[in-house]
Amino acid sequence: MGRRARYLFSGLLLLVVAGGSLAWWLTKPDRWEAAHWEGLGEADLANGERIFWAGGCVSCHAAPGVKDDQRLVLAGGRTLKSPFGTFYPPNISPDETVGIGNWTLAEFGDAMTRGVGKDGEHLYPSFPYGSYIRMTAKDVNDLWGFMQTLPKSGNVTPPHELAFPYNVRLALGAWKLLYLSDEPRTQVNTADTKLARGQYLVEGPGHCGECHTPRDALGGFEEGRWLAGAPNPEGEGRIPDITPSSKSIGGWSASDIASYLETGFTPDFDTVGGSMVEVQKNMAELPASDRDAIAAYLKALPAL
Amino acid sequence: MKIRALMLAAALAGLGVTAVTAADEPQAVRQQLMKKVGKATGELSGIAKGEKPYDAEIVKASLATISETVKAFPDHFPAGSETGMETEASPKIWENMEDFKEKAAKLGGDAEKILAELPVDQAGVGAALGILGKDCSSCHETYRLKKN
Repeated sequence: MGRRARYLFSGLLLLVVAGGSLAWWLTKPDRWEAAHWEGLGEADLANGERIFWAGGCVSCHAAPGVKDDQRLVLAGGRTLKSPFGTFYPPNISPDETVGIGNWTLAEFGDAMTRGVGKDGEHLYPSFPYGSYIRMTAKDVNDLWGFMQTLPKSGNVTPPHELAFPYNVRLALGAWKLLYLSDEPRTQVNTADTKLARGQYLVEGPGHCGECHTPRDALGGFEEGRWLAGAPNPEGEGRIPDITPSSKSIGGWSASDIASYLETGFTPDFDTVGGSMVEVQKNMAELPASDRDAIAAYLKALPAL
Repeated sequence: MKIRALMLAAALAGLGVTAVTAADEPQAVRQQLMKKVGKATGELSGIAKGEKPYDAEIVKASLATISETVKAFPDHFPAGSETGMETEASPKIWENMEDFKEKAAKLGGDAEKILAELPVDQAGVGAALGILGKDCSSCHETYRLKKN
């Protein structure tokens, strides 16, 4: 190898290493600085429970087919089908060995709002941290406190079954770079405290957009289609458009929406169906003011 | 001219025939049955919400309608009626017909039981509606698909 060739080779190698390092640095799991989770004090368990229902933890993490109090055992065991493969929501009960009982608040909070697991790995966005990123540290702390009070389960869940390249966790860093943001999804008049609360609940803990917003080929939300309805990821049928432009629910009043979330009845006395059945059960546990806020926000969305 | 008139008459007759058969198709029949249940539920809801005064006769009639209608409901899912006419029936109905029938029978039985006890005031009707609504959605959860 001549001198020039050697220079060229070293130059190239340097570029590859630099490029690789840059890519790694840009896409590495990104925790909050420790201070974010410090000084939050005792958890407010009543608020924690409220956030728990708003967040819909039960819908994915309770065992399949369980009813009533058994829904509070977050044993995992359901399947979540998607175009990328099958996800198995894990056991997040306070069990110390197979649940998340030995996690710290910071570890829990980083998983919730940064998509970073206990061992510093990227989590899949099937766990809706893309929405939970909007949650306040106080609400996460209260939720964490409440979840400690729930029953433990020894259930062990299988690993996700994903095809290449979706099984490469490192690649999730690039996904986050493209799509993970805590910016508001849409503009509403946040001077109105009811609308601001509705926006927080819908865009944050409620994670409504995860099903109601269509996704592009890489699984990010399509631009300008916030809550505009999407194919059902689990098979046939559609998840409806819930904006004021919707043919089905665009004509509902705010009180129609709030009443639906409370009772499961539509204004024409059809009932809730599909995966929304579980969601509605959770929404029914919220204070009426939260359901009203959600309804007000949905009515305030810009027409498409 | 005559031929045209004849053709037009035939076409119109054909339309008429299609309209008649369409209403008889199982997909259309079951849509009508569900509307009937919805209407009866609406009567109960009006009372539960206090928009209409409590009326024992209306409560009785509505509960009877729900019970009778939903008991006959699963008879209208013959093979060949899985698709078409904007049906919202999930293919899972035909995969788990027994479970589907059980769910319908649960609503029918609950409505019958409530009818026998007869709620006597607004609060009673509200509580009854809570039970019936859960039966409705536990079936819609698995067996009804939304298309829009």
